[in-house]
This record gives sequence, C-alpha cells and structure tokens, in this order.
Amino acid sequence: MDSLLRTERIPHIWCPGCGIGTVFNALLTAIKDSGYDPDAVAMVSGIGCTGRMAGYIRLDSFHTTHGRALPFATGLKLAKPDTKIIVVSGDGDLFAIGGNHFIHAARRNIDMTVVCVNNFNYGMTGGQQAPSTPLGAKTTTTINGSPEEPFNFCDLAASCGAAYVARWTAQQVRSIRSSISEAMEKRGFGFVEVIAPCPSAFGRRNRMGNALEMLKFYRGRSVIRSDIDTRDAIVDIDREIVVGKFVDIERPTFMDHYEKFNRPQMPPWRVGHPDHQKGR
Amino acid sequence: MNGDEACCEGALAAGCRFFAGYPITPATEIAESMSRRLPQLGGIYIQMEDEIASMAAILGASWGGVKSMTSTSGPGFSLMMENIGLGICTETPCVVCNVQRAGPSTGLPTLIAQGDMMQARWGSHGHYEIIALSPSSPQEMFDMTIRAFNLSETYRLPVLMMADEVVGHMNERVVIPHEDEIEIISRRKPSVSREEYLPYKADDDWIAPMANCGDGYRIHVTGLTHDERGYPAMNAEAQERMVTRLVNKIRKNRDKIIATKNLYMDDVEVVVVSYGISARSAMKAVRDARSEGIRAGLIKLETVWPFPEELFRSVAGSAKALIMAEINGGQMVLELERSVRGACPVKLVSNFGGAIIHPRTILDAISKAAKGKL
Repeated sequence: MDSLLRTERIPHIWCPGCGIGTVFNALLTAIKDSGYDPDAVAMVSGIGCTGRMAGYIRLDSFHTTHGRALPFATGLKLAKPDTKIIVVSGDGDLFAIGGNHFIHAARRNIDMTVVCVNNFNYGMTGGQQAPSTPLGAKTTTTINGSPEEPFNFCDLAASCGAAYVARWTAQQVRSIRSSISEAMEKRGFGFVEVIAPCPSAFGRRNRMGNALEMLKFYRGRSVIRSDIDTRDAIVDIDREIVVGKFVDIERPTFMDHYEKFNRPQMPPWRVGHPDHQKGR
Repeated sequence: MNGDEACCEGALAAGCRFFAGYPITPATEIAESMSRRLPQLGGIYIQMEDEIASMAAILGASWGGVKSMTSTSGPGFSLMMENIGLGICTETPCVVCNVQRAGPSTGLPTLIAQGDMMQARWGSHGHYEIIALSPSSPQEMFDMTIRAFNLSETYRLPVLMMADEVVGHMNERVVIPHEDEIEIISRRKPSVSREEYLPYKADDDWIAPMANCGDGYRIHVTGLTHDERGYPAMNAEAQERMVTRLVNKIRKNRDKIIATKNLYMDDVEVVVVSYGISARSAMKAVRDARSEGIRAGLIKLETVWPFPEELFRSVAGSAKALIMAEINGGQMVLELERSVRGACPVKLVSNFGGAIIHPRTILDAISKAAKGKL
C-alpha cells in the first residue's frame, strides 16, 4: 500500500477517530486491486478534510478550489480520456458550493468515480451546518438545532442520471471497497457515499460519544436495501440509514454521445431525406 | 470574419484543442465558432453549467496536456476570478478571452466598455502578477490569441485577452498566415527523472518545467501555498518563496512580455496612450492632429499588463502632455499617472461605456494640450 502513499507527508492532518482514514484505506485497496497502471489513475479533490486525500496519495493528484473538483475533473477527463479519474470530497464541497457541478456532471455521465465522505457537517472549519446536517442536529451555526432538511445525496445522484450509486457506513469497509471497485469499472458517472463519523466536531456537539461509538451507532442504524427506489433510501440518524447499491445501469457517456454527434454516420440533415425519416 | 471568430481561429492555430464556456453576449460567437471548429480538428468543446465550471474545466484540460481556453464577458469574468487564482497559484497555462461590455452588473450586454481592466489585474484575491493583452481589430484578435497561448505556455499562467464588444463584433479582413509562419510555443517539459523532479523548482528564468498528468511523474497540484515538491507548506517562509517566484517570473521577464505599437513618436509633443478599440479612435485623432500641424503621437498598448512604466517614465521627460483614451472612468490612466510621477500632465479622455470614444473628442484634448491648456 505504501507505493500509493506519499509517506513523507505522514502524519496526516485528520483528527483521531475520523472516518476519512477508513475510506482512504478502502480506496487505496480498490485502486491496488484494480490492476490499473497507477500512472493512468488520477485523483481530483475539492476543499475540506476529505479533499486532503489528494495530498497523501502517490498518484497524479489535484487539490482544487472549494466545490470545483468536478468541473476540473471533467476537463481533465475529456483531455485525457484514457485516465481513470477518482474524485474525493466531502458533503459540503460536493453538494453545497459544488451542488450545481454535481448535478451536471451526473447528467452528462462523465466517466469518473466520485467518493463522498458524508460526516454531516463542515469539519475543517470547526463543525458548521452542511446540506447533509440532519434536521435538528447541533452545529456551531445551529446551536439550537438545524432548521433545514438535508439532501438525500444518493437520490439526487440517481435522479440526475448517475450510472452507479451506492451508500455505506464507515464500518462496512468491505462493501465500501467493492462499491468503489465497481464504480471504477463502470463506464460513466459512479457515486459512492460513505456515512462517516466526525467525532471532534459533529459527534461532540450531538453527544454521540467517541469515534467507536459513532461508528457502531451508524452501523446499527443502517439497513441494507439494495436496488430500492432511491427516494426511499433515506438517511435519518434517529430512525434508519438505508445503505446498499441502489443504481447500476449502462448509459452512454458524454464522450460516447460527443463522438456520435460529431462524427455523424448520416448525411447532413434535410427535410424529407430518406435516411432521416422516422424510424430509420 | 468578425473579431470573435478570429479569436477562435487564432486559438486553433496556436494548438488549442479544448474549449469550455458558457454563452454570454458579446463573446458567444467565440464559443459558437469553437463548437463548430474543434470537432473537425479532433478537439473537445463543452458547454459548462456556468463560468466557474468553465474556468475549472480548462485548468483540468491543461493539466491533461491539452492547450485550452474559455471566453466570456464581464459577469462571467467575475465568476472566473476564483479559478483564475487557482491557475495562477498552480501555474497552469490557459487563455481567457474577455470581450468587454459595459457594467457594473448586467450593465449594457450588447454595448462596449473597457471597464474590466483593473479587474483583470487584481480581480482574484491575493497578490500576483498577470499578463493581459488588448487587441484593436479582428486581425489582432487572431494574432494576439496565438501570442496569448505562447505566453501562457512560456510563463505558465492564465493569460487574459482583454477584447471589447466592438472589436469582437466588427467584421474586417483577417490574414491567416501559412502554418510555417506561425510561431508556436509549448510548455517546457521536465528533463530529469521521476525521482529528481521537483514540480515547482524553477530554472534560472524563474519558470518551472511542467509535467502533465499521466507523464509518470505523479505530481501533486494544490491551490494551497506549496513548496518546490508541490506539497502544502503552511508558513510565512513558504508563502514568501512561492509568491516571490510567481511575481518574479513575470517581472523579471517584462522586457520579453511587454509590447507596444508606436506611431509618430519621433518628434512628439503630445502623446496619446490607448488600447483596444479606443486606440483606433486615438489613431484617427493623432493623424488628424498631424494634418493640423500638431506634433502628436500614439503609444498603443498591446500588453496592458504588465504595464510599460519605464517607457512612459522616459517619454514623460520630453512630452508636453500625455492623454489616456479608454472607455471606463479612468483605470489604466492611474497606472500612467503612477508611471510618470508628475513629470508631465496626464489627461483622461473617456466615457463610462455604451459607445466608442469619438476621435473628435481625443483631437480636442490634443489641441488643448498642444496649446498648454490641459
């Protein structure tokens, strides 16, 4: 595994008990097991705790601006179509400041794997409300409880056209790893969400105990329901966290369509041309 | 062809094969031309969800080893500032063409201004140096877009083309030279092994050779302050070292970057300074002044940033007055005043946008200056 790490940069900046390390470990294993030439795999990240993964992995790695990992990765992928692109970022980066980019990258079905570590808050800045923060949860900017209802990221990804969508909690390491592997193998936009403990910021304010207790809590709330409608794949930490593989479909990518439309097999369109009649 | 189309052709001639953009008047024709022409050349055109994404995408494409550009106007230029800063910090070659219209805000979408000149210089946060060019005709849109790519590949930064609505939309003859006559510069590649390579260690000219994604060097690129390895370094010393180099790679190479076009400057009394479309009004005014026997001359700025302050310092010693003609409330004139340091009077001829400056207005200012009545 060391060959994929910038070991000279260790120790890392993540807090004790943070769930990012587990996801990072699963990701490194998935890359190693994939058999891809590491020189042909690149990582792109945004800003925040999860975004720092790009600084520790020994691949071509790009730590971009807040929320902009996906459009940067889109440019990189289209310029270098043979490169496997993995985007890693947090819930705030991907779905608040980067929300617009997320829906469009999924809609275009850009061939990349997006791993979102969802810790229900902005950890790097000390624990503020995020678009994932559960209704009523306490953060430094919602001390009386968050008045907003959170996104369901997997449902959002699926409704925008992602070709692969899965969710796990941080303790389900083997499932995370296999989902990342499957998403990497999938031609198209793959999305893997991991519900991960942030004991220093989110857990502490919501009296969720230490990191291990948080891990067990999320795992305990989780119910595996693969292949259900993502609208029903809820994340409600008071009731249940639905996990599993929700979407695994084949759909042409941006480049498939681009090449089809820009290297037309048909003669130029004109009214009444036999090749352009209905059904041909 | 019009200026926007000439910009597209210049980019293609320079080797641009990736364009990401978002429709905006009066720059839309650049995107439209790119969408037609790039697929013919095996390139990629993509319309992004906004200008933030467009700027991010061209940076990504550039690291993928493909020359890339975007185009926009004021409102989109504002959105691009964030990732122009990322391009500066990560030293990413690319080109941004701003076909300026009148602001602030939505302003006059279809009408001219040159009001984004200071935004071009200082629009992204933090301290840095920038390169910006200003074309005055469709021919210069073609020629300068090639130069913009060459400068961006040489000095490793986003280079800004500060065009304007009139230059973008005017139709004029554009001569496209044979490809052998076009100088194309591409980024310098590392000459050392993977183990020895330091992505942000500069050569003697302050510029660091660039490995692309997939070249096997396993680079790390970040918008955080970084050391020569490209690794984040959160301290004042690293900041001093990094920004010094970002600044010096432009400042120490100013002579190679700065370009001006001079007209009637041999025996000059009154010097008009201008750029973009305003330089053409100024040219007409200077010629008219000459026919009236006034010893007027023109310095047309082809690079607006870095500003040629040494040139103006030397000109100011022998001139009666300097006149800046520009379509804004007075932006580049501030640099002119700063450069001449009171050695001679500096007069601004301008409007706030919506129309070009009439040559007559500039001629009036020249006549007054010649009589010492500024």
